[in-house]
Amino acid sequence: MTEPAAQAFLEEFERDPGRLDWLAPERRAAIEIYRKLGLPNPRQESWKYTDVRLLTRRRFRAASLAPAAAASAAASGHGYGSEDCHEIVFVNGRLSAGNEALPAPSGARIRSLAEAAGTEPARVTEQLGRHAADDGRAFVALNTALMSDGAVIDIAPGTDSQKPLHLLHHCAPGNAPAAVYTRNLVTVGANARATLIETYTGVAGSEYFMNTVTEIELGPGAALEYYRVQQESLAAFHVGSLAVRQERASRFHSFSIDLGGLLVRNDVDVRLAAGGADARLDGLYIAVDRQHVDNHTRIDHEQPQTRSVENYRGILDGRARAVFNGKVVVHKNAQKTDAQQSNANLLLSSNAEVDTKPELEIYADDVKCGHGATVGRLDEDMLFYLRTRAIPEATARNLLTFAFADEIIRPMPCRMVRDRLEHSVARTLPGAAVIGEFMQ
Amino acid sequence: MSSRSHEVEDLVRKDYEHGFVTDIDSDTVAPGLNEDVIRLISRKKAEPGWLLAWRLKAYRHWLKMYEPRWSHVKYEPIDYQAISYYSAPRSNREAPKSLDEVDPKLLETYEKLGIPLHEQKLLAGVAVDAVFDSVSVATTFKEKLAEAGVIFCSFSEAVQKHPDLVREYLGSVVPAADNFYAALNSAVFTDGSFCYIPKHTRCPMELSTYFRINAAKTGQFERTLIIADEGSYVSYLEGCTAPMRDENQLHAAVVELIALDNAQIKYSTVQNWYPGDENGIGGVYNFVTKRGDCRGANSKISWTQVETGSAITWKYPSCLLRGENSVGEFYSVAVTNHCQQADTGTKMIHLARNTRSTILSKAISAGRGQNSYRGLVKIAPGADQARNYTQCDSLLIGDCCGAHTFPYIEAKNASARVEHEATTSKVSEDQLFYCRQRGISEEDALNMIVNGFCKDVFRKLPMEFAVEAQKLLSVTLEGAVG
Repeated sequence: MTEPAAQAFLEEFERDPGRLDWLAPERRAAIEIYRKLGLPNPRQESWKYTDVRLLTRRRFRAASLAPAAAASAAASGHGYGSEDCHEIVFVNGRLSAGNEALPAPSGARIRSLAEAAGTEPARVTEQLGRHAADDGRAFVALNTALMSDGAVIDIAPGTDSQKPLHLLHHCAPGNAPAAVYTRNLVTVGANARATLIETYTGVAGSEYFMNTVTEIELGPGAALEYYRVQQESLAAFHVGSLAVRQERASRFHSFSIDLGGLLVRNDVDVRLAAGGADARLDGLYIAVDRQHVDNHTRIDHEQPQTRSVENYRGILDGRARAVFNGKVVVHKNAQKTDAQQSNANLLLSSNAEVDTKPELEIYADDVKCGHGATVGRLDEDMLFYLRTRAIPEATARNLLTFAFADEIIRPMPCRMVRDRLEHSVARTLPGAAVIGEFMQ
Repeated sequence: MSSRSHEVEDLVRKDYEHGFVTDIDSDTVAPGLNEDVIRLISRKKAEPGWLLAWRLKAYRHWLKMYEPRWSHVKYEPIDYQAISYYSAPRSNREAPKSLDEVDPKLLETYEKLGIPLHEQKLLAGVAVDAVFDSVSVATTFKEKLAEAGVIFCSFSEAVQKHPDLVREYLGSVVPAADNFYAALNSAVFTDGSFCYIPKHTRCPMELSTYFRINAAKTGQFERTLIIADEGSYVSYLEGCTAPMRDENQLHAAVVELIALDNAQIKYSTVQNWYPGDENGIGGVYNFVTKRGDCRGANSKISWTQVETGSAITWKYPSCLLRGENSVGEFYSVAVTNHCQQADTGTKMIHLARNTRSTILSKAISAGRGQNSYRGLVKIAPGADQARNYTQCDSLLIGDCCGAHTFPYIEAKNASARVEHEATTSKVSEDQLFYCRQRGISEEDALNMIVNGFCKDVFRKLPMEFAVEAQKLLSVTLEGAVG
């Protein structure tokens, strides 16, 4: 069944079947699922616009341990510093050296997956794959089979964490193309509040394949602010899965920012499993040259009185291509559901392409659901307005483009992420210097 | 399945030896599909060789195709070998002699729709000689059309009388191998309508299948081909509001529209095939391929549909916008009640500069009905300044129904503007309460609200059609509240 393209990853498993040996049964089961599924192909509806065959032309092998210097370099380049947050650095999918002293904020337990599975296997196996199901998801299965490390985070009930947690995933692959598999497991206890930031970066221009899965569980009344900043190298492949399950009256607010990567695919699954659960997904993707960014989100309203708001925006330049698929499913009996979704795309070049598909599947009647999708250029009226104020056309365009992106960044409650992102976004867009001047 | 179909094939072959050739007058061929059946259909209709070759090619391709599974509908697999693919017009012998023999339930519905008695007879399939009225009406229309140079006849007649036109345009919009059902239709279609509007002609009246003699029994595989030559205009009405009884469960029609430079085609459909009973038993499967080709500059094709019937509807009237400045429109009201399922929408393929399209879809679900909008808006790299606006609204009545939206947008041109909006809501208690307060019965109130919801689409229908469609809607949704 398995085509040669998918074979490379199976060989990878055979090379090192003993990795994380306490999870051997789970890993073996996952690789069997992958063997059956093979890599997704464009004939499958959810991969219609994203072709991952490119992935198999490179012979990705599990990344080797990186020198300690790489970790400190990554932390100094992309970290926020220990004063503003609790920072954990993973390099090439492994907890970087010196982490005997993992941050231990009060009310939260943080340990590496490799360690946790050895000392408390029940904790890991209980959550592993519970939300990010392997079946039908080849890349999740592959992650379960090949994962090397990640973070296991438990926030105790009632904790109000002031300092954000920052997971920095960095890749320094050396000369050969490397593959990295990380898995993060997060639970937020009842009525606890927390902020979690995940940053994905790599050595500029290096080729690697990042496969990451994050599973999050929010207890009753819990609130989590989640930032996912993807700034991989422009030659990297990034496949990320996020699975969230929300209990009664919990709130989940996610910001998903994609600036890097050659081929990027994000799958987000949010299950609103009890009344009063509230999810807000905001996203921004900027792609230039030949970048390909694919965002698939699915929100399941499983119980009455749940609410979701989704807003994804994209800017495409060069020969870039973006795919957006937002699915909202309102299950039977999930009355009083309120679901709003919007996807706006800005095309800066005539060679760029957007494929968007906002979907609604509704099996209950007393609901308020809506979605909207737009694709287009900058508003001529706005341009004209700025021109009448003696702003040169190129500047006006750049400013409006930045403003389009800033609608996602500006509302971010976490100031350090917001400030840094505004600069990163400005740098990605044409006319960075001009935008910078106006930002002062 | 395969062994069974072999048995059936054997049976068919056996029949062929004794049946097909010797008994040419037989009304219906034995169930089953193979090349001999297609040859028989072609021979019975005295078709030219090229058309038979075209049918056979479609059939051979069909054998290699799979039934589409992506639509959001559920049904038992269809046994294509159990269908009879040719049935001559039924003789009057088997038809009911008078309205007394017709199902009283059906008559009740006619009553509600306010259909005149003689039309009721025609619709219920009462022997045709009882309805001279409409035949004579049709003849007058024919004369008028001939004066204008408009060709409007059955497909078989067109094959005989205008073979060049048919040969030039048949399959040029929906190729024989386009999809599973279109290929099946191409292989076995028995009849349909053909219409040609000559250059710079405005068709003097609205064309309707209803007034075409012999239109009533075109069978389950219908083929329609409409060609609007340069600068012409035609408005075409398909179907009628009255429920049609039909023993055929599978309907796979193909409609092809071609608009040349500056031509306009307005195609309106009211579909009300038998939807099955309250428990979803019986009912027609309506798997239709409809596509319009705006081939010329400044051409325009407008689809308007009111879909209330059929157990399953699977149709996507589409527009290929190939001519510069061409316009595509799609206005739809789809209603599903009881156990009906509908997966319908449109495709707007923008290929040329300054092309514009509008999509307005209103879906109403009641009972256990499932209603999906599925659409594609595609902007090709060359479609500079293309513009699309899409609005899909769903109305839910009852807590067991479903409304789904699957819009695909593929944009490859930076100067294009594409907008999509969709909303889903239920008939609000407040609105109903307001009406009840003013002494309007619950049922009437619901009708008012639903009609208001569909108003924008009904407005696009020809006048008489619109009035009928409104009535039809209220009959379909009967018993949905309270």
